[in-house]
Amino acid sequence: MWRLQLEVRHLEQRAHDLFLQNLIKGTSHLAVGQEAIAAGCATAMRPGDYTFCTYRGHAHTLVRGASMTGVLGELMGKECGLLQGKGGSMHLTDAEKGAMGSYAIIGAHLPIAAGAAWAAQYNKTGAVSFCFFGDGTTNIGAFHEALNFAVIWKLPVVFVCENNFYMEYTPIGEVTAVEHPAADRAGAYGLEPIIVDGNDADAVYRVARAAVDKAVAGDGPSLIEAETYRHYGHSRADPATYRPDKEVEEWMAKDPIPMYRSRLLEFGVPEKVVGDIEKSVLKAVNDATEEAKASPIPRDELALTDVWADGGSAWRN
Amino acid sequence: MAELTYREAVADAIAQEMERDDKVVFLGEDIAKAGGVFKTTVGLYDKFGPDRVRDTPISEQAILGAAMGAAMTGLRPIAEIMFSDFFAVCWDIVVNQIAKTRYMTGGQVTMPLVIRSANGGGVRFGAQHSQSIENWAMMIPGLKVIAPSTPADVKGLLAASIRDPDPVIFFEQKSLYGDKGEIPDGEHVDELGTAKVVRDGADAVIYALAAMVPRSIRAAERLEADLGIRASVVDVRSLVPLDTRTIFSEFRKSGRAFTVEENPRLCGWGAEISSLITEECFWDMDLPVTRITTPHIPLASADNLEDQMIPSVDRIYETVRAGLD
Repeated sequence: MWRLQLEVRHLEQRAHDLFLQNLIKGTSHLAVGQEAIAAGCATAMRPGDYTFCTYRGHAHTLVRGASMTGVLGELMGKECGLLQGKGGSMHLTDAEKGAMGSYAIIGAHLPIAAGAAWAAQYNKTGAVSFCFFGDGTTNIGAFHEALNFAVIWKLPVVFVCENNFYMEYTPIGEVTAVEHPAADRAGAYGLEPIIVDGNDADAVYRVARAAVDKAVAGDGPSLIEAETYRHYGHSRADPATYRPDKEVEEWMAKDPIPMYRSRLLEFGVPEKVVGDIEKSVLKAVNDATEEAKASPIPRDELALTDVWADGGSAWRN
Repeated sequence: MAELTYREAVADAIAQEMERDDKVVFLGEDIAKAGGVFKTTVGLYDKFGPDRVRDTPISEQAILGAAMGAAMTGLRPIAEIMFSDFFAVCWDIVVNQIAKTRYMTGGQVTMPLVIRSANGGGVRFGAQHSQSIENWAMMIPGLKVIAPSTPADVKGLLAASIRDPDPVIFFEQKSLYGDKGEIPDGEHVDELGTAKVVRDGADAVIYALAAMVPRSIRAAERLEADLGIRASVVDVRSLVPLDTRTIFSEFRKSGRAFTVEENPRLCGWGAEISSLITEECFWDMDLPVTRITTPHIPLASADNLEDQMIPSVDRIYETVRAGLD
């Protein structure tokens, strides 16, 4: 779990740096500060489980085992990218690893995750579908449709709201009828309200694990609200000046990375072991960066491939 | 050959494919126990049971999202959107998710699903339950778009759509549900991407879709009987993929083309056919391509108001006659 959180932290910071060097174009939505949720849930998942996430999805894709070079390469628009440069930052996917996509239209992937859970239920595979989304998503229709649907069909899906307290630039409390955007809605769908410290990977793991057990037992979906905070703005374009200094300071003191490090040391994990993991993660990110930089840009002809299952894009004979 | 109605052919096709492949599942509003509001799916629930034929809440985003998620992970779902007008409340899932995900992921996922929907007017339902929206779907890269005109084509093309590895939007024309027709015995599977010449003629060609096909045939019969004008009729059937080979070869016989479209005028599928003919058959053209469409309006519900807007046999007859005059 320590390694997973570090991988996300360093990869996201590297993405930020590469943006500043103009080696990554477009936009990106970093999960710096929110690593514990991705790491805690991924640790509770089994091979064969599914992840569906949002455009803030580098973390969730990486923690399922996607290659760093593939992630960075995709951000940089290189052929080595997970999607060969056809998706970009907001659509990272590694289907073989169970990372079934990053979705950039708010709410869309909640019913899609329910659909994957339906297939698992129908085929009796025992797979569980995890669906990550932000606090802002709780105010769009698809959230409510998906929750109702998943409950009535008793689908093995775990909905995880990463409440970072801001829907893009606006405090979530200013635009939401209830205090806890996900948990306070759980009752409307007959679900238990679950709120967890999203900066504590162990706490996240425990609630995620319980939700997996419930899903596998055939007892249907769970809705988890994990409270957290992003260290950067909503996206590359946002310096996040709208957040009060004091609030930022308080949350920085709850940074999941140093918190987890102290816990490991407290539990008696030798400093050297902790440090070696840090070094090896940093090396892996450095290596991946160089590999991605060295990768060629996508071949032009890729633009016309893979619209259809036959690999092509023909719309006429 | 058995005679079935257009609506019965829907259930017949689904049953044929569900028997063949246990990955085929079916979901939608009132489709299971009630047999569908248009009675197109009667008997499927009893035959295949609640795991494979499932009623849903009125949640179109959930219906199509679930179909997509299931298709990505190994099933072959058929989803019903009761009236095609309701695509407007779940269009994100269709356009941004179902249509694009294969491409965006570099081909990592496959999307074998069918969305069936009752499309079109002629039954006095008013502007929110009568639209012809095939053009909405046609303009989205990544969707196949089918609209049959006969019971045999309903069965054959729906079966082919279910077997297809790509997402197919399957438009059933609600005013045709009661039409009867012969259906081949045994397994019947047609081919997507194929138009059909349903009437021969060397003086003009009429391209039509769904409910406009029988009207065009009747108009062509009258043109021949009254005036000796022999017009061929092409049932386009498949908007994506588009069978330009058949469209062009039929055009070259006369160089005089008419399209008959139920959709409102702007950006109708006939405009694309007109454009293709102009670009690729220019030297075979004898007349400009003439489009016969519903005017660019929402549809009204009163008998006379709706009937005068949707292309009628009389309007097709008169337009072709005047064009060839």
